Amino acid sequence: MTSITHRIAALFRIKANKALDRAEDPREVLDYSYDQQLEMLQKVRRGVADVATSRRRVELQVNQLRQSTDKLQDQAQRALAAGREDLAREALTRRTAVASQITDLQEQQTSLRAQEEKLTLAAQRLQAKVDSFRTRKETIKATYTAAEAQTRITEAVTGIGEELGDVGLAMQRAQDKTEQMQARAGALDELIASGALEDATLPAGRDDIQAELERVGAGQDVEVELARMRAQLPAASASAAVEGPDAPKGGSDREATS
Amino acid sequence: MIMRILGEGQYEIADEHLDRLNELDSALQSAADAGDEAAFTTALSALLDAVRSLGTPLPDEDITPSDLVLPDEGTSLTQVRQLLSDEGLIPG
Repeated sequence: MTSITHRIAALFRIKANKALDRAEDPREVLDYSYDQQLEMLQKVRRGVADVATSRRRVELQVNQLRQSTDKLQDQAQRALAAGREDLAREALTRRTAVASQITDLQEQQTSLRAQEEKLTLAAQRLQAKVDSFRTRKETIKATYTAAEAQTRITEAVTGIGEELGDVGLAMQRAQDKTEQMQARAGALDELIASGALEDATLPAGRDDIQAELERVGAGQDVEVELARMRAQLPAASASAAVEGPDAPKGGSDREATS
Repeated sequence: MIMRILGEGQYEIADEHLDRLNELDSALQSAADAGDEAAFTTALSALLDAVRSLGTPLPDEDITPSDLVLPDEGTSLTQVRQLLSDEGLIPG
């Protein structure tokens, strides 16, 4: 096949990471390699431990042989003191043999110590290398995972059309809901205006009944005040009478207050 | 051969169907070359139908690069041309 489909495929391939080879997951290869390195490091460490143990054993042997030489030396002196030159000679001969063994073992000890130092150094170097490999491995793995994700995205651009469709639907739903709420708000305003629904935004208790009660209450206060004032009136009208019945002002005042 | 229909998914196509698909693809290319939008739509529709009927759909979770990628049903000739312009489908 040629042309359009090929060119689109090529387009995707150019965009995808070329290093990505699905035949073999490099992450698994890296992990395997790392495991092998760890195993090797483990072996070297075990080697170091073995050599150290051998060296220690040789040290103990040398100490024991030194004690032997001291003992044989002592025996030789005592034999000589007792006049047993033959025994003294035998003890000294054995002492020489033991001293020779000690020399051999000391050489071994030196050799083992050198080996141990070498192996320790090798183990340290290997450890550093394995650590460095681990870091690189993780970096490569992360890069690979990112590349894989990129490829997945590139390949799955397919879904974009559908997802955009979903987004469109979601927006439509949101819009519908907004419109519905706006319509409901309008309906509520109408209901409140018609008095069919109480306006919850007004201060609590300020309804018609309360307003009437307050109005009545206020009216009663007026009546009480009037009554109190009237009670004071007889004295005032009495004094007006003393001043004279012809005083026209007092009369008009009385009319005004009643 | 693995083919992807954009917006739909991947299909595995057996080799024996390739000749038939090649014919349909040639028709698509001719329509594109001629700039015939209607013929392009018809050819694309025929090619996609053939892929769907002849191929086996691959699971979405499989990550396999496609050998061929086909535009989806609603793609116009103009959109395909835009897709194949220097900028490509994904800018950058």
